Amino acid sequence: MSSLYTGVFKRDLTLAFRQKAELLQPLMFLVLVVSLFPIGVGPAPEILQMIGPGVIWVAAILSSLLGMERLFRDDFNDGSLEQLMLSGLNLNLVVAVKITVHWLVSAVPLLLLSPLLSMFLHMTVDMYIALLMTLLLGTPLISMIGAIAVGLTVGVSRGGVLLALLLIPIFIPLLIFATSAVDSAALQLPYFSQLAIIAAMLLLAVAFSPFAIAYSLKVSQN
Amino acid sequence: MWKWLHPYAKTENAYALCNTLLPWFWAGTCVFLSVGVVWGLVFAPQDYQQFESVRIIYIHVPSAILSMGAYVAMAVAALVGIVWQWRTAFMTMIAIAPVGAVVTFVALFTGAAWGKPMWGTWWIWDARLTSELILLFLYIGVIALYGVFDDKQQAGKAAGVMALVGVVNVPIIHYSVVWWNTLHQGASISKVDKPDVADPMLWPLLICLAGFAFFIAAVSTVRLKSEIVRREMHRPWVQKLVSNDGVSSDAI
Amino acid sequence: MSGLSASKLTCIKRDRLLFTELSLQVSKGELLYLRGPNGAGKTSLLRILTGLTMPEEGEVCFDGLSIFSPDSTYTDHLVYLGHKSALNSMMSAVENLQYWAAQHSVSLSLQKLYDVLETLGLVGLEDVPVKFLSAGQQRRVALSRLWLKPAELWVLDEPFTALDVEGIALLESLFASHCSDGGMIITTSHQALSPSAGKHQVFDLEYSL
Repeated sequence: MSSLYTGVFKRDLTLAFRQKAELLQPLMFLVLVVSLFPIGVGPAPEILQMIGPGVIWVAAILSSLLGMERLFRDDFNDGSLEQLMLSGLNLNLVVAVKITVHWLVSAVPLLLLSPLLSMFLHMTVDMYIALLMTLLLGTPLISMIGAIAVGLTVGVSRGGVLLALLLIPIFIPLLIFATSAVDSAALQLPYFSQLAIIAAMLLLAVAFSPFAIAYSLKVSQN
Repeated sequence: MWKWLHPYAKTENAYALCNTLLPWFWAGTCVFLSVGVVWGLVFAPQDYQQFESVRIIYIHVPSAILSMGAYVAMAVAALVGIVWQWRTAFMTMIAIAPVGAVVTFVALFTGAAWGKPMWGTWWIWDARLTSELILLFLYIGVIALYGVFDDKQQAGKAAGVMALVGVVNVPIIHYSVVWWNTLHQGASISKVDKPDVADPMLWPLLICLAGFAFFIAAVSTVRLKSEIVRREMHRPWVQKLVSNDGVSSDAI
Repeated sequence: MSGLSASKLTCIKRDRLLFTELSLQVSKGELLYLRGPNGAGKTSLLRILTGLTMPEEGEVCFDGLSIFSPDSTYTDHLVYLGHKSALNSMMSAVENLQYWAAQHSVSLSLQKLYDVLETLGLVGLEDVPVKFLSAGQQRRVALSRLWLKPAELWVLDEPFTALDVEGIALLESLFASHCSDGGMIITTSHQALSPSAGKHQVFDLEYSL
């Protein structure tokens, strides 16, 4: 049975690597946005260090919104999604697999880029470690919650901006706790509680989002 | 246990229920709102610290409370629709949504207007105002999502999922914003915007709250009625209703 | 009761009542030819019969068991081909079909896949990304699923679109052999089925306001 789901996994991974340009664009956007801030605000290290966590997190959320649509758009448009729904596979598990692939190809490169970004904004090593932890916990959360909205808007032709409109308010708590964790790290304070809250939100999303996504994909087929 | 609810899945029955409830809602609105507003704005004592400007709480607090309440009501309607596949539940949800958004806007506006004499500025990133602002974004998201679909039944289901995602987030957002606010601003401001509500102020406040609740219910019911009629335009029972309307002035 | 039966289906699309109290029955060896003007709800009916869409009211049963029941093995017995080809344009025909077969738990040897594509006149195009194929060739790749999955029930939405005369003849003879083997087919088409498709029932959907 699980070999069926590895089939889905391999297919999505193959497709992702055939569309490298589409994967790289959000990352380039991220780097561009982050490098705009020193230019816009001025290069003073102490200011950059202060706004750094917020800037990186806002840019990460925005750039992940750009690439989010890929998750179900092609499968919906060419009809693969309806064949998948008639395959007898458990749709909840299928979307879980698809989200995993999406996270691997979109968030892992972001994590790899994060040292560069934190260097741009003069963050200390402690701050960087905290940033990495929050990204590690936060990006799967973004993928999962984002997938719900992608599922809802996949059948809509003008879905792009709407996706951002739906998702940005939802990501505000994540932004608050993530930046506060990095701020605490900058002050040498413990930031375990912030990480724990993000982890709790992540677990909540793991528990419920596959059902919500499966439902929204079914709605898109109506 | 919930059997008595099921007849209202039919649009016709839901419409009849709206007609029954509506006069009561309007009556409640008139009584509570006029008593509460007059009591609050004229007779209630002014605050020793904030003087007359404190009277805006009779508008601000009920609208802030009910903006959250309306969102929860919307989410409950969405849940009913998703679980039992009711058309009327989704219609109810979307009937409430713009009303809730307007109430949220009222809470924001009065909050900002209250801030001017208190803090000397129209906008301050205070916890309550910030979470009201995010709530407004959530409302707008649901309404916008409903708007982009051509098939309104599909639109209702999609917006319903979004409303449920939002309602899970409302408490998280609220507490995260409160926490963020205390972290960044300290406690100096938060004392001012929460005057200790004494008894002579509490009663008019509660009456205003009831008046606002009735008002929201009444407007949502009117919107639900027109939503039902618009969506069911081609059905025989609506046609009959319209043809009767020439004689009696009761409908719509 | 074997076969597919739908009882008292109601479908509402965009607040328009497409059909109500619609019942139909397809037994083994039957071909049901669904006719109706544009907008009558043919596609909606087919999607309800496959289980992709929930009907407003009514029930669809396969071999006496509701298709939404957890015990239902309906999808193992079904091939549905809709308007969309369900082929990813970045992948070749072979890749598309292999992944599809894997999802539908059809065991498939590469040899069989090449044989089927040869039957459909797609020799030499197996490894070309689907986006370089013509509309008719893409349709043939999509239709190859009928040869690949041993399913009793085929639900086909406009299967003849973009096919040339040979392709239509090939598909019609496949219909005839599938029905004589005890299979079931529900199809829509803008053009009338020729006698080579075997005998068939006609089901008319009317346009209602």
